[in-house]
Amino acid sequence: MTTENSLTKSDLIESLARSQQHLALKDVELAVKSLLESMSHELASGERIEIRGFGSFSLHFRPPRMGRNPKSGDAVALRGKFVPHFKPGKELRDRVNGDHTDD
Amino acid sequence: MHTDRVSVFARNGATVDTQRETGHGEKLMALTKAAMAEMLFNDLGLNKREAKEFVEQFFEEVRLALESGNDVKLSGFGNFVLRNKSARPGRNPKTGEDIPISARRVVTFRPGQKLKARVEAYAGSQQQ
Repeated sequence: MTTENSLTKSDLIESLARSQQHLALKDVELAVKSLLESMSHELASGERIEIRGFGSFSLHFRPPRMGRNPKSGDAVALRGKFVPHFKPGKELRDRVNGDHTDD
Repeated sequence: MHTDRVSVFARNGATVDTQRETGHGEKLMALTKAAMAEMLFNDLGLNKREAKEFVEQFFEEVRLALESGNDVKLSGFGNFVLRNKSARPGRNPKTGEDIPISARRVVTFRPGQKLKARVEAYAGSQQQ
């Protein structure tokens, strides 16, 4: 079941529990949480995730820049940082786009 | 040590072999479905077939939701958000030929606060 046009973690756990009838709900819950934790951990260690047919996650570097304190207007030096980036794979791109083929 | 291997299975520029080397010589191995299944086998005691099937179905459920027009919100990790892009003029970068890009639906990923903070902590540990 999805609520307001989105699938949440608990929706995902319920669907998986329905399709994996041999697993108890709490095991499905633990497995989903473990998978997400392993993905977060991988990125937090500076490494990539590559899921064929789904996409890849990597880190993009944002260089240091001068920012401003929005209240005082003072210039503040912001250090460079890494941010997570997702690139959808071909199967996901095509399916999301309703398989319209062009070029 | 030269382990800059490119798999013979690599096609269309996609590197199947995920082992690679950084400029600093340390080896990196990307997290894959196989590694995730291995973790479910080792840590949660699913058998190998169940573990492989579970990982496959996990990503399939996300794809199914997105395909049917639903965003996917995984708290603590991030949200997969659908966006409709209108048609725009494009160009073949090789030939310079004008080719219109049709309207399309795309998926974007917005990392959650918790993931962003963890990844930034990694950046803080690297001296730039």
